[in-house]
Amino acid sequence: MKLSESFSLAIRNILSNKMRTLLTMLGIIIGIAAVMVIVGLGNGMQNYMTETFQSMGTNTLTVTLYGRGTSRNVDEDDMYEIVSENSQYLSKVSPTVTVQGVKVGTEDLNYTSVTGVSEDYFNMRGYTISKGRGLQYLDVRDRMSVCVVGEYINQTYYSGDAVGQTIRLGGRNYQIVGVMAQEGDTLEEAGTDDCAFVPYSTAARASGGAINSYLVTLTSEDVASAGKTALENALTEAYGSDSVFYVMSMTEILGAMNSMINVMITILAAIAAISLVVGGIGIMNIMLVSVTERTREIGIRKALGAKERTIMAQFVMEAAVTSAIGGFIGIAVGYILSSVASVLIATLMQVSMSVTPSPASIAMAFGVSAAIGVLFGYLPAKKAARLNPIDALRYE
Amino acid sequence: MEPLIVFDHLCKFYQMGEETVRAADEISFTIEKGEFVAIVGKSGSGKSTCMNIIGCLDVPTSGKYYLQGEDVGQLSKNALAETRNKMLGFIFQQYNLLPKLSVLENVEVPLMYAGVPKPERRQRAEAALEKVGLKEKMKNRPNQLSGGQQQRVSIARALAGNPQVILADEPTGALDSRTSREVLGMLQQLHQEGRTVVLITHDNSIAITAPRIIRLEDGKVIYDGPAKGKGALVTHDEGEEVAAQ
Repeated sequence: MKLSESFSLAIRNILSNKMRTLLTMLGIIIGIAAVMVIVGLGNGMQNYMTETFQSMGTNTLTVTLYGRGTSRNVDEDDMYEIVSENSQYLSKVSPTVTVQGVKVGTEDLNYTSVTGVSEDYFNMRGYTISKGRGLQYLDVRDRMSVCVVGEYINQTYYSGDAVGQTIRLGGRNYQIVGVMAQEGDTLEEAGTDDCAFVPYSTAARASGGAINSYLVTLTSEDVASAGKTALENALTEAYGSDSVFYVMSMTEILGAMNSMINVMITILAAIAAISLVVGGIGIMNIMLVSVTERTREIGIRKALGAKERTIMAQFVMEAAVTSAIGGFIGIAVGYILSSVASVLIATLMQVSMSVTPSPASIAMAFGVSAAIGVLFGYLPAKKAARLNPIDALRYE
Repeated sequence: MEPLIVFDHLCKFYQMGEETVRAADEISFTIEKGEFVAIVGKSGSGKSTCMNIIGCLDVPTSGKYYLQGEDVGQLSKNALAETRNKMLGFIFQQYNLLPKLSVLENVEVPLMYAGVPKPERRQRAEAALEKVGLKEKMKNRPNQLSGGQQQRVSIARALAGNPQVILADEPTGALDSRTSREVLGMLQQLHQEGRTVVLITHDNSIAITAPRIIRLEDGKVIYDGPAKGKGALVTHDEGEEVAAQ
């Protein structure tokens, strides 16, 4: 008997007892749907993290120099040189100098981040200027007291008309020459747009210290670790020590967090998969009942020339088809639940995170459900195949 | 020419607790190709055992059963299934049709197990149904037919595979006398067409349809000869009574 024939036979038998089949499938449906939603949640979480990190710049390295106890020092000219020497990995560099103390009129702004940067910084970050102009080479060279502010400051303290006004940073007055286009989803205190940027040279002189942190962009995300290593080697050479600086790669941190999420998701999915085993036992149970009910049919089929393996194939096929249909329904339910979860997360947590089951997880869910059918259908099928035709024919 | 069915000192014993039941005790007979034979006996006479062994549903404890020269006792389970499929057509007392399948599909079942391709299978099943006069009912379910019609479907099913032997086990047991005559007429017709028919029954009035009768009692053959012969229709006990008179 051909495979297609035992398949259509299985479909007929399944359809002849719809309610029972549906109840039998329920375990598989729940199991597959649960695994899919959990894996989808994990994917969504990873995507969300990646997006968040990308907005912080996955193609950047942050360099912090301590430099204490070494005879040599590394200044911004050395850094520019290191970057241009490693141009296959590193594209641009900007010093970053933190400035404390922000005042507009008499009001203290405690959460505003003020950073001294180079003229390349906005380009490196992908920021754009919405009003006025950005920082320029001349501002840096001549240590001009000019400033670019974020949209939050522009709106909150200058009613959207900040260009040309002054702001007091670190005890000095700066003229606002430009406003940065809004970056964050919302304007809020201590948010991405609660910021101000000044030339690093001006900031460094005001603070009187050396420049000890830099932002470096990579030529591409893929060379994050190679670029990091190159930078570390150059700095080690310059300092004669590898313990006086720190290079941080966002990509590496993202990778570490992703692998953590993966472990978590795998454990959760494994727990959900237990219900698949329970579903499989349900299928085995109902198949055993079905074999008993159909003893006479099995006897007739055997008398008419069905071989043991033909009977066996028929019952295994039936279990596998039941389970696979359950798998299909489970995938559909999983999809629906994933969409619902996406909407719930968006409304309850104000975070746009889409729960997306991957095609690989769907394929696996389907494969697993069919395999469960075969596995748990085997024992009842064996029982059916072994029935003695004489006894089976007499069975009432 | 080689006989189709040979029972050679065939025994079948069952263990029932402590007791050994000798369901078939040294039974020997041969049936030639094209014969119509009735195996008759009361319940417990061993006729069902004979039917199971002829039908390759069971194998003998000792002795030999040759079907077309093949020693059935030596066959594997798969080979037995194949022999049932190719060599034998069963007609049962309870018809034994599959209730979920249509009449046509029921007739197709043995052909399906024989691996006959679908179009040919359909054609042969339809031809078999036409022969028993039920072609117009082929889309119906078995339970939509009368008992006699169902038995004709099972005859069609037995014929579809074009087997060497038609094995009918109490084929009229569940039918009234009119439909019984119809079914027996069909068996006679099959015999006239040259098929080998083995009829198993407890009922003398049915058995005399066949030209040759093998009468069993307590697992032994007590009469083997023409239906018209003396003793063909009497059991051992009755025979003694007749002799005493």
